[in-house]
Amino acid sequence: MKALPDLGPTRKLKLPKEAERTLPNGLTVIAIRRPAVPLVEVRLRVPFARTHLARARLLAQTLFSGTAELSTVDIAAELQKVGGGLNAGADPDRLMVAGNGLVSGLERILELLGEVLSGAAYPADEVATERDRLADGIQVAQSQPSHLARVALIKRIYGKHPYAVQTPEVDQVRAVRPAQLRALHAERLHPAGATLVLVGDLTPEKALDTAERVLGTWNGGGKQVDLPPTPPIEPGPITLVDRPGSVQSSLRVALPAVDRTHPDHAALQLANLLFGGYFSSRWVENIREDKGYTYGPHSVIEHNEAGSCFIAAAEVATEVTGPALLETYYELGRLASLPPKQEELEQARQYALGTLQLGMSTQGGLATLASTYAGFGLRLDYLPEYAAKLAGATLDEVAAAGAEYLAPAKVAAVVLGDAERIEGPLSALTAVERA
Amino acid sequence: MERHTLENGLRVVLAPDRSAPVIGVAVVYDVGIRSEPEGRTGFAHLFEHLMFQGSENLEKLAHFRHVQGSGGTFNGSTHLDYTDYYETLPANALERALFLEADRMRGPRLTEENLRNQVDVVKEEIRVNVLNRPYGGFPWLKLPPVMFDTFPNAHDGYGSFDDLESATVADAAEFFKRYYASGNAVLTVSGDLDLAETLEMVERHFGDVPARPAPDRPSFAEPDLTAERRESYTDPQAPLPAVASAWRVPDPIADYGAYLPYVVLAEVLTDGEASRLVERLVLRDRTVTTVGGYIGVMGEPWEVRDPTGMLLQAHLPPGGDVDKVLRTVDEELDRLATDGLADGELARTQARMATHLLRDTDAALNRALRMAVLEQQRGTPELLNDLPRLVGEVTEEQIRQAAAALVPQRRATVEVVAGGNQ
Repeated sequence: MKALPDLGPTRKLKLPKEAERTLPNGLTVIAIRRPAVPLVEVRLRVPFARTHLARARLLAQTLFSGTAELSTVDIAAELQKVGGGLNAGADPDRLMVAGNGLVSGLERILELLGEVLSGAAYPADEVATERDRLADGIQVAQSQPSHLARVALIKRIYGKHPYAVQTPEVDQVRAVRPAQLRALHAERLHPAGATLVLVGDLTPEKALDTAERVLGTWNGGGKQVDLPPTPPIEPGPITLVDRPGSVQSSLRVALPAVDRTHPDHAALQLANLLFGGYFSSRWVENIREDKGYTYGPHSVIEHNEAGSCFIAAAEVATEVTGPALLETYYELGRLASLPPKQEELEQARQYALGTLQLGMSTQGGLATLASTYAGFGLRLDYLPEYAAKLAGATLDEVAAAGAEYLAPAKVAAVVLGDAERIEGPLSALTAVERA
Repeated sequence: MERHTLENGLRVVLAPDRSAPVIGVAVVYDVGIRSEPEGRTGFAHLFEHLMFQGSENLEKLAHFRHVQGSGGTFNGSTHLDYTDYYETLPANALERALFLEADRMRGPRLTEENLRNQVDVVKEEIRVNVLNRPYGGFPWLKLPPVMFDTFPNAHDGYGSFDDLESATVADAAEFFKRYYASGNAVLTVSGDLDLAETLEMVERHFGDVPARPAPDRPSFAEPDLTAERRESYTDPQAPLPAVASAWRVPDPIADYGAYLPYVVLAEVLTDGEASRLVERLVLRDRTVTTVGGYIGVMGEPWEVRDPTGMLLQAHLPPGGDVDKVLRTVDEELDRLATDGLADGELARTQARMATHLLRDTDAALNRALRMAVLEQQRGTPELLNDLPRLVGEVTEEQIRQAAAALVPQRRATVEVVAGGNQ
């Protein structure tokens, strides 16, 4: 037998050069240097909580649909000239403009961004086009099992919280008028509380100067809107959503979790890895590599500004829906009841630490990380702190996190599938309630 | 960038880049969907799964655990003309990654139990990606049988359940012996590495992989279409109609100069709101909700061999008229061929393509993967750094000629009839 080579010495997590400035209008700019390729990544995050769902989505889709001087096509062509592209999207926490381009075009990209932030016109024709496209897109999403399962799950766990519904209905979209988009823009698209992240082959201080020169005139004002914390996840019967003829069942399991600054965070992350957070986890090895019930099961701790939760997801063959749920409860129960093995914990720990390095190794990865952290008031210097906590988490702490957060008794679950075929097998294991 | 060939025929490319303390390792075998035998549709992909099920010195599950337990991630994927295996890790795990790849190059553990397990897993993969969703396999599995006539080019690369279930351990052993030869593989390592030290490690771990030559690779050439082909099918889960068309393009490798303009043309037509077809079909006529254009059914212009094509695909609004969309595409292609491009139109498209190409190479793993296929198919891994320049040298006249060649009588089209929400 040949022996597995040892790992070389671990290299310390090294943070890239960065600079940060909050402009007089309230915009925070963070510039990070990674010169590997002559590009820049751009992420603008604007707080957007408690906005009207259909209007927020359509605003994101029409933000680049013209100003008094420029048409949709003009804006896109001007961005292209410097190798650039920008897109906007909205979720219950924020509006995000994300894109990239040649770093030599940074100033021009920011100018065009500034023009839409100050002067997006929401022209009636363009709004009508995008309204139809958004409505069509929602109709397609509603035919996808993964989307339908997600819709049912967030409704189940968030109840009356604004997070409970994140996709507007088609007729709500059709009712949106351009004047409402202009009003929403005027009310909420302001620099106060917003963060612009720039990552690339740049000198951080100079990039800040450029951003200040170009976006310093973005009008201030706006108001801070906060979300209430998410409600505790209520355990109870499985919610069964019928999808007649479905050849697979979409299994979704939610459990409570904690945010990145909570003392249990690192231990819970490790417990999640042990359960289903990476390929070499108990759940994946069990229901995929041993039993062949499914292709890509995975679990993740989702962090949103108003709260965090654990979600496990698997698409399983209809005929093994019951057995797949049984194994899921079994693996959760095992983590909640018995301490993991030290070797198993070390493997998960190495994975967590290594993938931190990988996540920082590209411009796009760094930009998304820095922007996401900024939404929670954190900076990249959180990374070494987090790495130290991952490195220091003990077996007892991970076992305690498993018992506290991953106990099957606390599960809120949704199964989307062919109800006629799966209701019986599911009911044999636990109480089931039709959606 | 350094190239070597080991005594057993394994080609090696090393590309140091110290910008982050991580490495990417890729092993690419010159076998893909087009090489699988009749009656064994989906076998190349199924075999890819079997390469993760243990090897000479490694139990089942060990590969995954060793990569992830070293802080890395892994995967593999099966393409028309190649199959890749890769991992990206912190740089201190380089030797371990080489060990893992060498071990399965010497031989995977092919057992009945692992085969049955992975047939089940692959069937779930096909259900999640094709059977249990709208537009499953559109257009990558639906267009080839319209575009091509021979089995290698036209068949379903995911495979039929019957064929997958008929696969045997003996089939797998034969497939490995024939195609997973050291002489049929390329190893690339990119990232934070020392050249001399890495080459020494490569020798140590791969040097004793038994030498087997590359099998002869047959030509998969087919004549171009001489008359338009058009088919449609009803997708019971799809709420809206969709359409995809393809035209054959010149040989991406043997006729590189003639091929390149089509790669750029696809972007002129569909990259962003200022592109020809988005402006016309989406923004002006509103006859489609989305439109995309790319080379080859898997959309990898630098990793495909002949025969292949340029694809356009569009999703239509409810009750949309596919004929009208196709007529408008013809009109726009004709306008481009006749009137040429607007001032700056080509240059801005090329600038955006340069961004995409550079961005593709930021991650060590992506560099390793692209270099491996360039080495395998062309013997020129350094082309990786040249692509932005080559794309930038395509001229307006070449774009016009390419557009002029995309005529209806050379076109293969497949239409999705919406059967959902009816």
